[in-house]
Amino acid sequence: MISLSDFLIVAAILFGISIAGIIINRKNIIVLLMSIELMLLAVNTNFIAFSYFQGNTVGELFVFFILAVAAAEAAIGLAIMMVLFRKSGTIEVDKLDLLKG
Amino acid sequence: MMNFTPPLYSAALPEIFLLCMASAALLIDVCLKERYQIITYIFVQLSLVAAFLLVMSQYHDYPSSIITFSGHYVVDKLAILTKLFVLVASFFAFVYARQYIKERHIARGEYYTLGLFAVMGMLIMASASSFLTIYLGLELLSLSLYAMVALQKNSGVASEAAMKYFVTGALASGLLLYGISMLYGITGSIEISTLGTVLQSGLHQDKVVMLALIFILSGLLFKLGAVPFHMWVPDVYDGAPTSVTLFIASAPKIASFCILMRVLVQAMPMMNATWSLVLAAAAILSMFAGNLLAIAQTNIKRMLAYSSIAHMGYALLGVLAGPASTTGYSAAMFYITTYVIVAAGAFAIIALLSKQGIELDQLEDYRGLNARNPWLAFMMLLLMFSMAGIPPTVGFFAKLGLLEALVEAHYVWLAALALLFAIIGAYYYLRIVMLMYFEEPHETLMEHRITIAPGIMAAVTLNGIAALALGLLPSALIDMCRLSLG
Repeated sequence: MISLSDFLIVAAILFGISIAGIIINRKNIIVLLMSIELMLLAVNTNFIAFSYFQGNTVGELFVFFILAVAAAEAAIGLAIMMVLFRKSGTIEVDKLDLLKG
Repeated sequence: MMNFTPPLYSAALPEIFLLCMASAALLIDVCLKERYQIITYIFVQLSLVAAFLLVMSQYHDYPSSIITFSGHYVVDKLAILTKLFVLVASFFAFVYARQYIKERHIARGEYYTLGLFAVMGMLIMASASSFLTIYLGLELLSLSLYAMVALQKNSGVASEAAMKYFVTGALASGLLLYGISMLYGITGSIEISTLGTVLQSGLHQDKVVMLALIFILSGLLFKLGAVPFHMWVPDVYDGAPTSVTLFIASAPKIASFCILMRVLVQAMPMMNATWSLVLAAAAILSMFAGNLLAIAQTNIKRMLAYSSIAHMGYALLGVLAGPASTTGYSAAMFYITTYVIVAAGAFAIIALLSKQGIELDQLEDYRGLNARNPWLAFMMLLLMFSMAGIPPTVGFFAKLGLLEALVEAHYVWLAALALLFAIIGAYYYLRIVMLMYFEEPHETLMEHRITIAPGIMAAVTLNGIAALALGLLPSALIDMCRLSLG
């Protein structure tokens, strides 16, 4: 039997990986978008685990909303990336240096 | 089997109305030819006015607060007042945006439609009484704002700012959600009122609640733009088209403040020792970093971005003084509201001075503004005085109210620190006034005539005079804030 804490640990590790992906990543924006998705999935795991072990459905319901919002978020993120690529010809994070101070 | 009670749709009438109008605006805009696109603008502005009237009528219809939509939606004084402020601020933001985005060929119909969706998101935030509605409102607002920043497709800085805003914003939502999931795990509920009573009972692990609180607070401070989660503010304010900067700097601050009140004061009042501590640290760092870094800026949009970080720090002071004083929360609300009025005016002047092709956003460009357009310079003077907190402008009373609340709550040392930072801050606001009045304009700028449509000039005038009038007669607005948070 898998216990609640196992799920929570997996979720916490996923969350940590995604935060590290956002902060450490210097290569390209697509990895950033992937990290953001991963972060939301870590939260979803948390919600589902709590929901299952408490026997109430609020958490599962919340997950549907998060999934829907994540889809919209990915769409907007990719759209912004397209605009950026057309203008600057690159999607490297290091090249995002027009604004400084 | 739980029995199902249908929600009270009439309570959510403003949001439902705005949703219909935003969808209609989308449809109308598709069918319009380029030169008739002013119709979309008028349509959107009329919907904001109508929504304002609807919210006003709710003020009389719901004298006591009601919770409906299965506990996810609340109508109370705080929600109604926040909505009124948000609608007024957005109305002005669109008025100022019209000329600016027209000159820059930013897609106009989309701009207003996205703006309307953002306003709807803010109204939902104002009325949210569960973490689900808070999250959905926040995302509706944020997603629209990301797109609005990126709308200026021919500008490299705008798309870069949009990308940075998007990534940091998504990170903030992730942190917020992670905190919510923990809180849900502890209590089995996401409704604010239930959370308040369950957490009060003390049958939970304090450490986990504290961790959840830290995550949620980080997410909210991110959205407000307070240190240590402020890195996006200068880049976004600087890179975004000025009309969008104006919008980001105004109404969303009020809505974010409203959910901060709901989460901290209504859901977790018994954790106030912890969150006061966190807020105190965030407030001190915000005032410190915001004011000091603002001095070093040569770009006025960047300078105002750092100044907004500092102002958010001041507003947080009011919240942390709240539990131990009678006026803390309302002082913070008053502070945010007046800051929004003043910031909108200042960004509007920056937007108006910029002409097609040339962005006049360096401090140097304000040299001798008095010689070029005395009235605009006077308005800027009032706004800068208000930001610096010089009487008789409204900024003085906002700061005074905060300091009173702090002293009442026995945070005298914090009040002294706030005063010190306010004095440091006054330097860079007054530097602009000095540049405008005591320096000669560059010859190249002298040739550059300032032409402003009379309607927009009237709006700026109203904005500047409001900074003065609310300072002379602040009691009405203070009473409104007290009523909503009493």
